[in-house]
Amino acid sequence: MIPQKIKKNLIIMLSIITTSLLAYSCTTVKEYQKNRLNDGEMGLSNRKIEKTELSFQAYREGSSGANAGKSGGGCGCN
Amino acid sequence: MKKIFLTAAGLVTLLQSFAQKTKDSTGFESRKLKIEEVNLVSSYYTQDGNNAAVTGGIGSEKLTDIANVFDVKLAMYDKKMRKHTFDAEVGIDHYTSASSDMIDLKANSSASHSDTRFYPSLNWSVENDAKGRTVGAALSFSNEFDYRSFGGNIIFSQKTKNRNGEFTAKFQTYLDQVKLVAPIELRTGGTQRHYDYPTTARNTFAGSISYSQIINERLQIMFLADIVQQQGYLSLPFHRVYFSDATVHQENLPSTRLKIPLGFRANYFLGDRFIIRSYYRFYTDDWGLTSHTANIEVPIKLTPFLSVSPFYRYYSQSAIKYFEAYETHTEQDQFYTSNYDLSKFTSNFFGAGIRFAPPKGVLGEKHFNMIELRYGHYIRSTGLTSDIISINLKFK
Repeated sequence: MIPQKIKKNLIIMLSIITTSLLAYSCTTVKEYQKNRLNDGEMGLSNRKIEKTELSFQAYREGSSGANAGKSGGGCGCN
Repeated sequence: MKKIFLTAAGLVTLLQSFAQKTKDSTGFESRKLKIEEVNLVSSYYTQDGNNAAVTGGIGSEKLTDIANVFDVKLAMYDKKMRKHTFDAEVGIDHYTSASSDMIDLKANSSASHSDTRFYPSLNWSVENDAKGRTVGAALSFSNEFDYRSFGGNIIFSQKTKNRNGEFTAKFQTYLDQVKLVAPIELRTGGTQRHYDYPTTARNTFAGSISYSQIINERLQIMFLADIVQQQGYLSLPFHRVYFSDATVHQENLPSTRLKIPLGFRANYFLGDRFIIRSYYRFYTDDWGLTSHTANIEVPIKLTPFLSVSPFYRYYSQSAIKYFEAYETHTEQDQFYTSNYDLSKFTSNFFGAGIRFAPPKGVLGEKHFNMIELRYGHYIRSTGLTSDIISINLKFK
């Protein structure tokens, strides 16, 4: 059972995401057009060098997750 | 530093011995297992503050941590030309903590003032390029004196027909054991020896979904959502809480926690020299904590192979329902903590990185693909400050 406050916040966030998605009109980008997107610093994942930073943030802050990494557990963190 | 360079030299030799052609002139892909990438990441972290949870929300939070992660990625193709990737990682952290030393308030430098955490993991995935589909699984382990964790996950991802979008679903679990190391004055039956401490379970189950989309030749975005259920012993047994009547208690938090973080990333290549990496996260949980995280990083390409990346991160959170400061909780409270990591605060984290990836390799060594340095300074509104410096050496 998801509490009422969480439900309300979720609805707001999902509305923003849906609106953003609808607002975009995507064009198909061919493989040969992806040289900029394939740049080492354009990746959508966390970078290796950020590993310890993300770990200390998980310890020193009450929230974590939604970053394709750990979202709780595995350490004595919050 | 000498150790890092000796390790680097060893890796270059290893890579040279493994080096082999993956494709010949006919386009044939080797089915032999080969090293794709080796990464060595070392970090030095230091913090200080005056709200240690071990001493009930007052006292030194001074801590230093040296972290080293060694990561080897191997790949091979099977008979159906599917790509199998194996990623083996070993991490070792060594930390010293002034507050952990205060589990025994009379000790000046007790056994708990430092510890070493060892955390290996193994990832496997198989990618079917023809179908745009990847499935994978991973196992992880983490061990330190008072905490042991076994983790596992399975992952599935599917690209869209035009290869511009990708949906990923992941299920993760951590089955952890917390050693019940109580503050020394709250122990019953005398001082326990190390092997006498009982343990208790803390389990985490997390479902994650994400969707990434290429918008155009310069912009790509990603939506991320997790739902995390934790159950078991979610307090830390050596955290003290001083009530308003000056009595001391062990931290006591509910045995379940439901967390819902939602994230959004957008990376944009501006002109020929600038990349704008942005990230936003909204987080809420049933302990009453709500947070917002916004991050921006702007790698600037000074040359095609050298870039500097200033970054800034803003974070704000509300307190959990069960937080009160030193000597504020009362006997009427069912749950209580004075851990300032769960209090209301804002934080600012800023710094810069420098990345060098020359086409002929760093120092002219073709397998030494990239070197990156990064420094960050963290300021929290509770008074805690920290610094972190990291180095990443990549070999291909």
